[in-house]
Amino acid sequence: MIDVRTFVLARHAFVANRDAVLACIVVALVGLISLRFPQFATPGNLAELLDDTAILIVLALGQMLLLLTRAIDLSVASNLALSGMIAALFNRSYPEAGVAAAIALACASGTVLGAFNGLLIWRLRLPPIVVTLGTLSIYRGLIYVISRGTWVNSSEMSPAFLGLVRERFLGLTCLSWLAIVCSVAFWALLRHTILGRRLFASGGNPTAAAYIGIDAGRMQFFAFTLSGALAGICGFLWVSRFAVAYTDVALGYELQVIAACLIGGVSIAGGVGTVFGVVAGCLFLGVIRSALPLVGISPFWQMAVNGLVISAAAIINARGDRSGRRQAILETVDAERRTQGN
Amino acid sequence: MQHTANARRWLRWETMLAVALVADIGFNAGVSPYFMDAWTWSDATFYFTERGLIALPLALLIIAGEIDISVAGIMALASVAMGTAALHGVDTPGLVAIGLVTGTLAGAINGLLVTVGRVPSIVATVGTMSAFRGAAYAVLGDRVLNHYPASFATFGQGYAFGAISVELIVFLVVAALTAVLLHATRWGPSIYAMGANAAATRWSGVPVDRYKFLLFCATGSMSGLAAVLLTSRLGSTRPSIAQGWELEIVSMVVLGGIAVTGGKGTIGGVVLAALLLGFVNFGLSLLNLPGLVMWIVIGTLLIAVVAIPALIERWRTSS
Amino acid sequence: MSDPFLVLAHVGKTFGATRALADASLELYSGEVTALVGENGAGKSTLVKMLAGLYQPDKGDIRIDGHTVRISSPTAARQLGISIVHQESLLFDNLSVAENVVIDAIPLRRGVIDRNEMRRRAADVLRQLDAPFTADQLVGELSVAQKHLVQIARGLSHSARIVVLDEPTAALSHRETQDLYRVVERLKTAGCAILLISHRFEEIFASADRYVVFRDGCDVGRGRIGDIDRQRLIELMIGRTMEQTYPARAASASGSGADILRVEGLSRDREFRDITFSVRGGEILGFYGLVGAGRSEVMQCLFGLTRPDAGRVVMQGRDVTAVSTGAAVANGLAYVPEDRQHQGAILPFSIASNIALPSLQGLSRFGMQRRSAVAELASRWIADLQIKTTGPGQSVDGLSGGNQQKVVLAKWLATRPQVLIVDEPTKGIDVGAKAAVHAVMRDLAASGIAIVMVSSDLPEVLGMSDRVIVMRRGRVRARLDRSEASAENLAQAATAA
Repeated sequence: MIDVRTFVLARHAFVANRDAVLACIVVALVGLISLRFPQFATPGNLAELLDDTAILIVLALGQMLLLLTRAIDLSVASNLALSGMIAALFNRSYPEAGVAAAIALACASGTVLGAFNGLLIWRLRLPPIVVTLGTLSIYRGLIYVISRGTWVNSSEMSPAFLGLVRERFLGLTCLSWLAIVCSVAFWALLRHTILGRRLFASGGNPTAAAYIGIDAGRMQFFAFTLSGALAGICGFLWVSRFAVAYTDVALGYELQVIAACLIGGVSIAGGVGTVFGVVAGCLFLGVIRSALPLVGISPFWQMAVNGLVISAAAIINARGDRSGRRQAILETVDAERRTQGN
Repeated sequence: MQHTANARRWLRWETMLAVALVADIGFNAGVSPYFMDAWTWSDATFYFTERGLIALPLALLIIAGEIDISVAGIMALASVAMGTAALHGVDTPGLVAIGLVTGTLAGAINGLLVTVGRVPSIVATVGTMSAFRGAAYAVLGDRVLNHYPASFATFGQGYAFGAISVELIVFLVVAALTAVLLHATRWGPSIYAMGANAAATRWSGVPVDRYKFLLFCATGSMSGLAAVLLTSRLGSTRPSIAQGWELEIVSMVVLGGIAVTGGKGTIGGVVLAALLLGFVNFGLSLLNLPGLVMWIVIGTLLIAVVAIPALIERWRTSS
Repeated sequence: MSDPFLVLAHVGKTFGATRALADASLELYSGEVTALVGENGAGKSTLVKMLAGLYQPDKGDIRIDGHTVRISSPTAARQLGISIVHQESLLFDNLSVAENVVIDAIPLRRGVIDRNEMRRRAADVLRQLDAPFTADQLVGELSVAQKHLVQIARGLSHSARIVVLDEPTAALSHRETQDLYRVVERLKTAGCAILLISHRFEEIFASADRYVVFRDGCDVGRGRIGDIDRQRLIELMIGRTMEQTYPARAASASGSGADILRVEGLSRDREFRDITFSVRGGEILGFYGLVGAGRSEVMQCLFGLTRPDAGRVVMQGRDVTAVSTGAAVANGLAYVPEDRQHQGAILPFSIASNIALPSLQGLSRFGMQRRSAVAELASRWIADLQIKTTGPGQSVDGLSGGNQQKVVLAKWLATRPQVLIVDEPTKGIDVGAKAAVHAVMRDLAASGIAIVMVSSDLPEVLGMSDRVIVMRRGRVRARLDRSEASAENLAQAATAA
């Protein structure tokens, strides 16, 4: 009836091109801005840009993993802040333990916090959005409890604690390196390992995955734990980079993370997304963020622009998604099985 | 019918909430001798009158299978609109109208994005949440607007009968109307049906998109009305007004027994949840605990509320 | 006669209060096709899931090649040489064809996925099936029939000794079915033991060597296909004799009277083109065609679920083109959809809620629900259609397929339609319950309602319709009166073969 081949080719082109188009937009933006502000495109500034965006990239990669498996983590920013505070408090009390111990502690904290989410969602089959909405609050409140409302200032942080993020290897700080390493690692994981394909499978069709012995809930648990670990590490990086730890660290940042994923073409319905797209989405947001102050837009208008960009990205992302399963993250892992009926 | 299914649920969920409410009131009374006083109770209600006002239409929306997390952003936008109008000398009736209209229009934007644009509501409202809040910041910056006419204060600071505040009356009236809509009118069953199976409901001749659009508008309107109340109570507008409220309002709805997956829940549950959160919050302030502790309470309640039935189910099927 | 390769001996399985299999025995022989027949609920799908390693039997043994085995998981099933082509779509739209085909055994090389090997294996099987698509395409882009081929390819992708085909040709075209039969022949020659589950008797008698009949969780008959006929098979399936006839037409000439519904030149881009037909009160108009011919799309457009690009729809003289579903219902149109579980009924809701849903306005006063009116309506239809239930409050997912269909019918009949469109009215319904649904349709026609029946079941179309329209690839290809219609010319118009 219709020319199936043409339709198929067109759709393939759309998907493959989508990432390319986004990348071109990012490059074009950088080009445009550097026309007006030549200092924008210098290697030094671009490295700075990557640094600024690195944490977003790492968190967005973790979030992508979750979105792939039809989950979502609204607590990622609170996790980051709590883990960062734990690292900072530990460092304040035991500066002689060294920065590696602080990082390990932050990572462990993040892993536990992420695994808690994962367990509830996997074992009790609870909807991810409700669970992470709850842990978002709990973790944020816990920051207050453990710090008793006090701040940890730069003067209370050991030089080793502050120094790591400021060291440069080949011109890039360890923030940027972490982002690069994570990007490559995630790409390899998703494309070339069985675990990666199973993550896609469990998000694409959980019922079918069950028939092959893939437990969608367990995939989600894995994603939550890994994402949590990354959030923990980022917690240390954030607190060290900005040299302060307090209750409102990264307040609302989960929104940026999700927006980056949406811009990058990750489907809210699960099973679709690329590392390239996510990184491009993060860079897109990063470029806009650093360009706006340059252009002289007031911080308040920056928020509005940020908001508009997120809206537009969300809408474009949703329009490009023809999967038909629109609100998967509102449901539990079992939902599809239950509606199969008979 | 759905009524008997709800009747059965009343015995579990709403009863649990009622018990928790009574327990908390008892606890609060134990902590402070001043608690058992009409004016103290009246103070306690301010936590939930504004949030609860929004929780009511949001509950309908969630039962219908959608969600709106931009409600606090709508509040900010409406408040900024009113403040700007007040600055230009608009009087109280006009201000209220502006607040309501702004809210309704914002809700309509959400509704159009979802029903015409076919954007999933979670994605659409994540976007509009930032856009609305951002617009408020863009207009107002770091200024504060507080040139409100004197009569404007009656909404948020006025009392109708003794210790019963105007806000409480407004909340109770809207709660009653919402309950009637959902449980007594002929549109109620359609709302439940849409949430349980939108396709089958559409294929039954029900104008699903039109109803969802109206629900989004209603949520926007009530956000606008809540903005009127809150702004009136605070007497001023900042762009950060009601920051983080979307979380508390959605928590109130879920705590009330409304399933995020749609098709289930009662307004009675939402009202009980509103009361419970209000008194718990008040109790925390009696204990001189700061606001962030409330976050822990809300988060724990939220998780407990969905986890406990699941645990009971697991325990039942395994034994 | 050689020994059976696979033996299930007195297998039982209970889920809570439901006994899915009571005492079931089955043998499969290498190089032969054994057909498993039985009504819904007879235990066939439980058996398949057991062979797939998803369930374990509560009692009884499973023996392969003489050795007792335990199929503990899907992986174990594969290792034992069992391969299943499931009835449900178990494909991943977001993965490529190659990945879908080898998903349960992705080849690795040094710990990393070996894509070349994956592509090679998939291409191999696809070639055997003469598939018109490549291994690199995303499954989400294929048609329903093509997706089914991928599913079959997955089942055949590893050298299996036991192959289970669960309703394999349900979504396939005639040509694709022939291709599948060729593959089955090849499997037989290679010595596979094949279990074929099907409700299509033509298929069973054409390709099976043996048969086994299940009823109520037990095997009640077995033997060689040559020794049995269709009538006897049905008797074994339902446990009593039954005449497979269709209810007689009313004595008065059906379709006396004016056209109630007239459709002229209805078109919708990429779905159907230039559809013209009319239907009178009291007649049953059958719409025959293969899956994908566009019949359901036409009906959905008539009902207001989609908008037409061109054409006119007239009901009783009034132009009702491109109205909303609500308006269509108000005009007297009703649509019983093909997918009764997802589009027809709201499974977790009660029978009463379901029946009342399109009629809420009429059951209310001043906008307020009248619970008594709803309860009364539900009880009346439960009695009229003889729906087997514990009461109007029972939720629909607890009913059998036939009773669920009756609930959907009741819901629409309660709107007092003048034109009733039914899409695959007896799909997935037991032989016994089918007759009941047909009787209801006959009675409705006799009372003056015009019925448009979309069906892919040739005997049903021939037995029930007063006139038949055949669609193929989105267009009307043939219009036949009952007296002219035969299995041959209907099939020919539908396939142009």
